[in-house]
Amino acid sequence: MEKRYWNEYVKDIADDHFFYERSCIRQTFFPGSEAVFLKILRNDLGKDIYDSSHQHTCTGIGYHSDVVPYETTMTIVARLFSLMTEHGYKNYIPSCITSFGLMTELIETWKENPDILDKARGYLMKATGRTFELPENIAHPSDVFFKFRHELKAKMKYQLVNRYTGNPLRGVDHIGCHYAKIFPKHGIGNAEFPHVLAGMVEAWGGEVIDYPERRHCCGFGFRQYLVQENRGYSIANSKKKFESMESYEPDFIVSNCPGCAMFLDKWQYTIAEMEHKTYDRDGYGIPVFTYEELAGILLGYDPWTLGLQLHQVQCERFLNKIGVEYNPDEKYKGASGKLLRAPEKPQILKV
Amino acid sequence: MNIAVIGAGPAGIEAASILASGHSVTIFEKESAPLANIRDKALLFPDFSSASDLADRLEAKLKNDNIVLHTATEVLNVQQDGGKWIVETAIGGRMTFDFVIMATGYKTFDARKKEELGYGIYKGVITSVELERMIKENSILNNMNETPKQIVFLQCVGSRDEKSGNNYCSKVCCVTAVKQAIEVKRQHPSTDVYVYYMDLRMWGEGFEEMYREAQETYGVNFVRGRISEASGTFDKRVQIKAEDTLLGTPLTMNCDLLVLMVGMCASEGTAGLGRKLGIDGMYGFVDSKSPHLDDNASKLPGLFLAGSCKRPMCISDTVNDARSAAVTLLRSL
Repeated sequence: MEKRYWNEYVKDIADDHFFYERSCIRQTFFPGSEAVFLKILRNDLGKDIYDSSHQHTCTGIGYHSDVVPYETTMTIVARLFSLMTEHGYKNYIPSCITSFGLMTELIETWKENPDILDKARGYLMKATGRTFELPENIAHPSDVFFKFRHELKAKMKYQLVNRYTGNPLRGVDHIGCHYAKIFPKHGIGNAEFPHVLAGMVEAWGGEVIDYPERRHCCGFGFRQYLVQENRGYSIANSKKKFESMESYEPDFIVSNCPGCAMFLDKWQYTIAEMEHKTYDRDGYGIPVFTYEELAGILLGYDPWTLGLQLHQVQCERFLNKIGVEYNPDEKYKGASGKLLRAPEKPQILKV
Repeated sequence: MNIAVIGAGPAGIEAASILASGHSVTIFEKESAPLANIRDKALLFPDFSSASDLADRLEAKLKNDNIVLHTATEVLNVQQDGGKWIVETAIGGRMTFDFVIMATGYKTFDARKKEELGYGIYKGVITSVELERMIKENSILNNMNETPKQIVFLQCVGSRDEKSGNNYCSKVCCVTAVKQAIEVKRQHPSTDVYVYYMDLRMWGEGFEEMYREAQETYGVNFVRGRISEASGTFDKRVQIKAEDTLLGTPLTMNCDLLVLMVGMCASEGTAGLGRKLGIDGMYGFVDSKSPHLDDNASKLPGLFLAGSCKRPMCISDTVNDARSAAVTLLRSL
């Protein structure tokens, strides 16, 4: 077997006792993902994870768009670390891939430049009277699932296998740019062949598709989509990826980035409306999942509790391939049991 | 005098053949046969002469009563002992010599370390060493055993590259790519050939003429730019992404074969012995006493250096350097 150097790029991921930082946008895009992550960690893996109600933005989007100054970003991240310190935790896991990239960048900067760390401590003290310690371990939650992928597999009710053919389901993994493209050494498998999601897919019975634009950005880069006039450039990136993966006929896409999962899902509707083009042969599009949703589906969590009804590309064909049990009548029921209004159907993309 | 020569490449053999007129020479070669690096080649630049013929002529020099060749014998250590040198081999022998010539040569860069270029992952990505073998066997074929429609060469793989830790120029890859591009066009005139380069260093006699001939006679396309990424395509070809730095534009193209021009690195023997002897220089190559007037002597009396254990060299420079090493040794007597 060929030696694959990226298998040597591993990193330390803590075993237990995590401080969780929520994402600003994920709870809107995928409202079940963070909740199910906490459930899986606590209930299925038996881990201790703290979810503070006093947390806030990391400023990542503003920082990368040059809206928020560096000093402000440092101070705000320092406050998040002070919450971790205050609650007695040392292992930090930020839900958002941009938070992970930003914090990795700050920690590296502070380690290399203690004078800048002193400034950050000073800013935080002046603004809030707080102090903080640097995390002993920082990892992305997808790293944590990667670490425990075999333990999760043992608890799974379903596998990524087509129940009609017995073949592995074939998935496209899409890694957020801020996971390893900034600091390759902090990503499992480095920046060229990140293995964090591929490792989960393979462990859970599926097959990963290696297609030409696998590493290409989805187009969510903040400067691209924040300015409305630039969104053509943004969608062009996703389109490039869809065209590249189309021939391989993927059963699903899985991502560990808030923006990527959202764009790869929603842009399929937009492209269908703009160009009458869909990327699966039957016109339904390729379903897109977060890694928490994928794990949740396979562990047997109810798809509607996971929030899959809020996806643009519908999930039922995927669930049916696996043989997941679900009640279609529950799809648009709210938490109170009251039936919510079903969304309007798109003209081109089939649902 | 008893002289040990470590390495039976062109440097070791040439030095040994000169020293053997009057001295007893023992050559240690870790491979099972001498001249492995030359025997792999088809034709040599700049005159397109046969590499096998050259290897035969060099090997004929070993037919000398004063030369003993030990193949499949790796030298593990070389130590000074008084005024003598002890050579210790992997097969358990310890032999004493008056002088040692180190001709441990080079190896090519392991292209798998440049993960973004997909070597070892996509079958259509090969190294210049593998293409040379194909040229020699007249079997330049793509993944589907067909004549390739497009072949792309990429220069400076593992050389002039901070990321891989090798900042130096490997010196021979530019002209090797030009030579191989011409050989591809001679065997398959309908194949489109592209060479991606940073800048072409045509330093030797006849090199510039080869470069011109490649363009004018054979229609080889030279593109100034780096390839940032190679990926497999659905039809088992290779997609490359690059930037044309003359046009200032990014580009994507598909090809049947992407040939990585792998640079020369210090061999394990060179780097290992260099460290043990305390003569290791930059990038694992060994340091001579002085690059100007004493380039074949080491800082250790009685230990001399020949060929590409010092730095990347073409075959003709290697042979000349070996002669120089032999003369330097003889003058020290």
